[in-house]
Amino acid sequence: MTAVEPHAPAADPMLPRPFRVVAHHLDTDDTVTLSLEPMAGDPLEFASGQFTMLHAFGVGEVPISISGDPTWPGPLVHTIRDVGNVTHALVGAGVGAVVGVRGPYGRGWDVADGIGGDVLLAAGGIGLAPLRPVLWEIADRRTDFDRVVLLYGARSPSEVLFGPDLERWAQECGIEVEVTVDYAPPTWQGRVGPVTKLISRAGFDPHRTLALVCGPEIMMTLSTQALLGRGVAPDRVRLSMERNMKCGVGLCGHCQLRDLFICVDGPVLPYTELVDLLDVWEL
Amino acid sequence: MRTIEELLNDSPFYHGLPTEVLAHVAGCAQTARFEPGEVMFRAGQPANTFFLVRHGRVSIELHNPSRGTITLDTVHDGEIVGWSWLVPPYLWTFDARAAEATSAVAFDGACLRGKCDADPGLGYALMQRVAQVMYERLQSARVQMLDMYGAPT
Ligand SMILES: Cc1cc2nc3c(=O)[nH]c(=O)nc-3n(C[C@H](O)[C@H](O)[C@H](O)COP(=O)(O)OP(=O)(O)OC[C@H]3O[C@@H](n4cnc5c(N)ncnc54)[C@H](O)[C@@H]3O)c2cc1C
Ligand code: FES
Repeated sequence: MTAVEPHAPAADPMLPRPFRVVAHHLDTDDTVTLSLEPMAGDPLEFASGQFTMLHAFGVGEVPISISGDPTWPGPLVHTIRDVGNVTHALVGAGVGAVVGVRGPYGRGWDVADGIGGDVLLAAGGIGLAPLRPVLWEIADRRTDFDRVVLLYGARSPSEVLFGPDLERWAQECGIEVEVTVDYAPPTWQGRVGPVTKLISRAGFDPHRTLALVCGPEIMMTLSTQALLGRGVAPDRVRLSMERNMKCGVGLCGHCQLRDLFICVDGPVLPYTELVDLLDVWEL
Repeated sequence: MRTIEELLNDSPFYHGLPTEVLAHVAGCAQTARFEPGEVMFRAGQPANTFFLVRHGRVSIELHNPSRGTITLDTVHDGEIVGWSWLVPPYLWTFDARAAEATSAVAFDGACLRGKCDADPGLGYALMQRVAQVMYERLQSARVQMLDMYGAPT
């Protein structure tokens, strides 16, 4: 089965559809994965990298990427980190609770552009959630790609997301998975150091690689520098941008970054469209 | 069995150095093995050696009385452990421990310093390589300090 094309949002784009929480999984101390089913109508179809506007009734609405498997019909899956009012309410929505959903919205990863070459995925922290659908998509059509490398950085071992998935991608799907944490107790058996450090040594052919990067902006900036340093073409590096959003459909301007509306032009954008917009850090 | 010169030539750190320079450097080196958990050096001890990891994983650790032992960095195949041998007072600033069975090439720091003093060309070539490693580690440390996955403020 291949990934489905995103379909057009509902007629009134500002009206959330009610979805019921059918599973609530605690990933880490502050991060939860919710599985949602529509209370009426069809399940959502989405493309890897798209997001929805998730509505905690009486609290507010926030953009959250879809973190489920686009090749597998099933509940709508979101992984949410509790950082403020709305995410706190969503993380606390137990099985049976009702939340609102608008979308899916935005431009996704379009990993099919990497067919026939290598794919390098670099994720930091909660940034693995928006990349998870694309990893399932790749796993589903693995022979279409050559080397596929996932570099994932988390703050500490207890904050590593999707442990069983990482193991499955590595053991069963032919994906080279490297996990690193910023700090660890001596019992940690893996790598320590920032994820950006892994790029210079990762096994991929920079001249035929599509690179997909998602994480805090500083992590994406440094990863991009490392990728360009290895010789990956700027238009083959794609980043998922986060900006505060309100409407999600290009009406309000909340997400505007110069002439880009991240909600409709992104959130995934090629580096060539972001060159002058990312913060430049001199470390 | 492969000679030390061959081992050095295969490593990214020494790659590209002329054969005669490698031979010179190899004169200060010997192979070493560490069992999992074995301490390679401790902070405060004289830094007489540095290591090129052939196979294995080395943890660079810091002991903090309030937080216990923290691993700050891991060093893997083809990478270098330690540069305190280069800078007075030649004392290690962190602990290094083999996190798994590790084979390495160990260099006698005083011997290498002597050769660098006698042959500035060799000294410069080595310094360029060590500076690259130091630059990467400094960048890593700064990125870690940013705590970029911490709670948004
Ligand atoms: C396209 C897109 C996809 C996203 N996907 C996910 C996801 O899959 N999982 C997830 O947990 N979060 C995701 N986010 C981030 C999420 O939308 C924010 O964390 C959320 O809006 C915070 O709302 P709040 O009311 O809980 O916190 P607030 O009270 O609004 O903010 C709490 C803190 O979070 C900071 N913050 C708010 N919004 C953002 C943001 N967009 N990026 C970084 N910091 C922010 C604020 O500055 C503040 O310090 C995504 C954002 C975008 C734009
Ligand atoms: S969020 Fe309203 S224009 Fe993008």
